[in-house]
Amino acid sequence: MSNKKDVETTGHSWDGIEELNNPLPRWWLYTFYLCIIWGIAYTIAMPAWPLVKGATTGMLGWSTRAEVADKIASFEEMNAAVNAELAAADITAIEVGSDVHNYGVNMGAAVFRANCSQCHGSGAAGNKGYPNLLDNDWLWGGTIDEVAYTVQHGVRNETDEARYSEMPKFGADELLTDEEIDQAVAFAMSLSDPEGDGTNLVGGTYDLELAAAGAEVFEINCASCHGEDGTGDIYQGAPNLTDAIWLYGGDHDTVYETVYYARFGVMPAWGQRLSQAEVNAAALYVHQLGGGQ
Amino acid sequence: MSSTDTPPEEKLYASREPVFPRRVKGKFRNLKWIIMAITLGIYYLSPWIRWNRGPELPDQAILIDLAHRRFFFFWIEIWPHEFYFIAGLLIMAGLGLFLFTSAAGRVWCGYACPQTVWTDLFILVERWIEGDRNARLRLHRQKKWDFRKVRLRVVKYITWILIGLATGGAWVFYFTDAPTLLVDLVTGHAHPVAYLTMAILTATTVFFGAIAREQICIYACPWPRIQAAMMDEDTLVVGYRHWRGEPRGKHRKGAGAENLGDCIDCMACVNVCPMGIDIRDGQQLECITCALCIDACDEMMEKIGKPRGLIDYMALTDEPREISGQEPKPVWKHIFRPRTILYTVLWSGVGFALLFALFIRADIDMTVAPVRNPTYVMQSDGAIRNIYDLRLRNKHGETREFRVSVTGNDTLTVTLQDSDTDAGDTIPVNADEMRIVRAYVEAPAGSEPAMSDRTEFTFWVEDDVSNERVSVDSVFNGRGQ
Repeated sequence: MSNKKDVETTGHSWDGIEELNNPLPRWWLYTFYLCIIWGIAYTIAMPAWPLVKGATTGMLGWSTRAEVADKIASFEEMNAAVNAELAAADITAIEVGSDVHNYGVNMGAAVFRANCSQCHGSGAAGNKGYPNLLDNDWLWGGTIDEVAYTVQHGVRNETDEARYSEMPKFGADELLTDEEIDQAVAFAMSLSDPEGDGTNLVGGTYDLELAAAGAEVFEINCASCHGEDGTGDIYQGAPNLTDAIWLYGGDHDTVYETVYYARFGVMPAWGQRLSQAEVNAAALYVHQLGGGQ
Repeated sequence: MSSTDTPPEEKLYASREPVFPRRVKGKFRNLKWIIMAITLGIYYLSPWIRWNRGPELPDQAILIDLAHRRFFFFWIEIWPHEFYFIAGLLIMAGLGLFLFTSAAGRVWCGYACPQTVWTDLFILVERWIEGDRNARLRLHRQKKWDFRKVRLRVVKYITWILIGLATGGAWVFYFTDAPTLLVDLVTGHAHPVAYLTMAILTATTVFFGAIAREQICIYACPWPRIQAAMMDEDTLVVGYRHWRGEPRGKHRKGAGAENLGDCIDCMACVNVCPMGIDIRDGQQLECITCALCIDACDEMMEKIGKPRGLIDYMALTDEPREISGQEPKPVWKHIFRPRTILYTVLWSGVGFALLFALFIRADIDMTVAPVRNPTYVMQSDGAIRNIYDLRLRNKHGETREFRVSVTGNDTLTVTLQDSDTDAGDTIPVNADEMRIVRAYVEAPAGSEPAMSDRTEFTFWVEDDVSNERVSVDSVFNGRGQ
């Protein structure tokens, strides 16, 4: 109820507008004092003052690292049951849509990104020499238990359980003559050419006459693994030569290189590095990417 | 201002001067009662309105379902991806405030602001318990805490806290089923967050509305400062016709009353002011234009037989006009100005756009997120596959089968995969839920989409019951040449 005309001014005036010098509310001052007290108390209770090494830890002993560690521990505790279930489960019997399956797929995605994506790519599309896991072609089998076995034991590594096979170096070891190699290459390429016009499914071109001549070379040297019809053998990791999937490439030069020097793709035995739950999770994840059988 | 030799003692800080607004009657007071009844009624009662949405959906008319991320408003249901409706409403609220402020000043502050409404309510309670202005002043000045003072104060604070509790309580009812929550609250089974929210809101309501009152408007609220930018010389504000009222003084017979203005200096306008100011000092930032001083002055003018309106709603441009004896500008001319018309157009433009969006939206919805890592997958037979993540939304109150198809190229086929199982082209989506499914679109080996870089096509989703269809355009990546 103060009369505004009695209020002090600062003496400043702009365009006839005077700056009043009203006193601040008293409670504002107390709030200010309270903030100072709070500030001091806070630096005592919480980590605050920088020292030469580290900082004061505060009386409450709170730290972000401890909080994160607590959170991780609590998550691990929450997941312990389903983790154990996933590790002990018969992987072929895990029901799609069940909690274990959902958990496994999500966990597998994380395992995959950390361990598998270096070779197979973050989208699991593979690379030259590293199989694409999205398609429906599997070297060692695409059922869930075959995938799990491959993840667990790997391919052509030093462990005894690893999937193993070895293609002969038909050229380098002089098992075939140059002419026979040319014929075998042309025949192998013709297998993925249903139209028989000299261009296979992936656009590689070959000589039709050489291919015709190569049938016999193939039957003697290649059919034992790749099959007489060239559809391969998942028990030996022998690729299906009749389809459009070529791990190293389906053009003439690449196929020639493969026949001449052979290939020896290696995958680590992840069972040695990952827990059983992680192996199962990675298998579940890979199996549901679109190509699983 | 003062030019004395010793400067006056400068007070840097001052305690709050308590305000004891007197009761007043009049048309603006009545309007304020009505607005208070309506706003408080809406606030306290609307969580209890029921609205049948079918067995699988909540039956609360207004519900903010944070757990399921839905906002229900009678027949409208807002999903998180439709949050632009809320944004639009906020824009409308902003433009509406611009409109009302430029037309009629701080009407929001004076009539509708929760701070004003609750403060009014708390002052009403105070008056009921402790009496009108003079009684409250006496009680305030009474040093001795006798039984009567203690009793009045205790009753007053308990009533205030109960109002605060009802306010905080009503708030939490908007977030979950109100009848269930009420039972849980009373029996002590409600979630701790509900109790905590109620406690905080009870405390803030009592503190803001009953204790801090006008200081919130003066010191804490940014709105009074912002409003200055929206007001101009045609904006209606509460003003004092000093050219009619001055010089003020008591009208005593034979004491030169004929030389005095209409203002009898009865202080009625000051005594009723909830902000504790004197409107006769001119426009002040404290003034929330609640117009109670107009009622108080009109009442007084009637008693002394003078025309009403010594204190009245008027605009700055009225002052020179009235002083020079011209007719005042009619109110509608103050209100209908290019500026307010522009605000109205913008406001209703946003409103119509929102209404349009509301009426054309479908009850089923789909978003398509192409998986572009990798851009395509070649199958063993040479077919090219593209992968898409579809988000299917069923806004119906019951489970519906969704059928997904593609158009745009005859060679393209679509298969849905629901977590490792082939789902064909139909998939059930639960009531009021969003379901993510993976869709494989395949082009056979050698077909045009398989061999070209990009093929545009369209995803369709159809609800088998209502035959409602929604489409989303997307792109198929082939091998390229």
